[in-house]
Amino acid sequence: MLDLTTQDWTAIALSLRIAVVATLVTLPFGIAIALLLARKDFWGKSLVDALVHLPLVLPPVVTGYLLLIVLGRRAPVGAFLADHFGIVFSFRWTGAVISCGVMAFPLMVRAIRLSIEAIDRRLEDAAATLGANSAWRFATVTLPLALPGIIAGAMLAFARALGEFGATITFVSNIPGETQTISAAIYTLTQVPGGDAAALQLVVIAVVISLAALVASEWLARRATARLHGA
Amino acid sequence: MLTVDVDKRLGDFTLHASFEATGGATALFGPSGAGKTSIINMIAGLTRPDRGRIVLHHEVLFDDVQGISAPVWQRRVGCVFQEGRLFPHLSVRHNLDYGRWMSGVAADAQAFDHVVTLLDIGHLLDRRPGKLSGGERQRVAIGRALLMRPRLLLLDEPLASLDAARKEEILPYLERLRDEARVPMIYVSHEAAEVKRIANHVVVLDRGQITAKDGVALPGQAGSRKMN
Repeated sequence: MLDLTTQDWTAIALSLRIAVVATLVTLPFGIAIALLLARKDFWGKSLVDALVHLPLVLPPVVTGYLLLIVLGRRAPVGAFLADHFGIVFSFRWTGAVISCGVMAFPLMVRAIRLSIEAIDRRLEDAAATLGANSAWRFATVTLPLALPGIIAGAMLAFARALGEFGATITFVSNIPGETQTISAAIYTLTQVPGGDAAALQLVVIAVVISLAALVASEWLARRATARLHGA
Repeated sequence: MLTVDVDKRLGDFTLHASFEATGGATALFGPSGAGKTSIINMIAGLTRPDRGRIVLHHEVLFDDVQGISAPVWQRRVGCVFQEGRLFPHLSVRHNLDYGRWMSGVAADAQAFDHVVTLLDIGHLLDRRPGKLSGGERQRVAIGRALLMRPRLLLLDEPLASLDAARKEEILPYLERLRDEARVPMIYVSHEAAEVKRIANHVVVLDRGQITAKDGVALPGQAGSRKMN
């Protein structure tokens, strides 16, 4: 039924790799920022909140361009990383991880922040009276109780990263085998005469992967919630 | 022995509490909003007094002049809250073990069994708090506080969320606790009948002021029977 070329398979594998790595790398930051926004009041909090949400409202191309002028090979930060650490993001799949991570970040933070705000803080007080310092309270009470939100946030981020197009193509271009994700491959195929059929196959694949991620996230979140409420 | 002498601004009145609690059970008795829970929270370290001093067994827990305020987690003051506050994601057994884990003490099967028997919660150990009745939940909460080996036990209206039958179910356990556990208790309540059964000493509180200590007639009872 499906007749996929090597290049299609490469794009699928690359998309999955980029989305998984982007999700895993941003998760610790997402939890940290969500905790900060949910729990702490500090000067400039609304600024941090706005910055986190910026990729959600900016045109993706703008986000990609901003990444390019900060992390590009000749850009200040990009050149520094390349010269001192040999780390290069532009035109590499790792650059796609960055753009996907940035684009997915607001969704991840929102979901986790909501679940942290829903936690009864009196449970953390109870843990403190039982001898738990703040690190232990976080690890044994806050984190497990926020788990359904963390799962939901990670899955949303994964789905968002999988579908990322504008920022990625602007920042790291559309190089088969390096930065060409499913979305970019579909775009390329639609630009070629007679590429529609091949594009449609990738569209089907994209729908299947997204649906699978959605179902898996629902299932995981329901299991985690059930665990919290004593099933 | 516990010495409390604190001031704290609360809404439209100032709480001023000065009392001592020796062994046995001391009740903080008074109407809702009198500041009883605030006193408990200050002893536990969950809220900070504006001024004053709290000393437990010769250790200064709080002193605004000396700038001492021991963190909650280092005070070793066990708390039983009105709503139990059991950890919903942990089994009853793990709730009971939590205090021991956090203080890094090795398992003591004898102490565990003793508390489990005292409170009659052996059949609940593998359940989650979500599946417990109100009375069972409070018994587990008492057990959890006891197993952290507290130097002082604070009970903040532990029966207030329960109906009359459930209260009757828990009261005997509290009496046994007072007589057997040898941990000084502060028992907060607005129910004269409860206080009469549990407490050896009574501190009466109204709108932030202590109006009577010990051997006092409890208001709200038929006639005015004497305590002690």
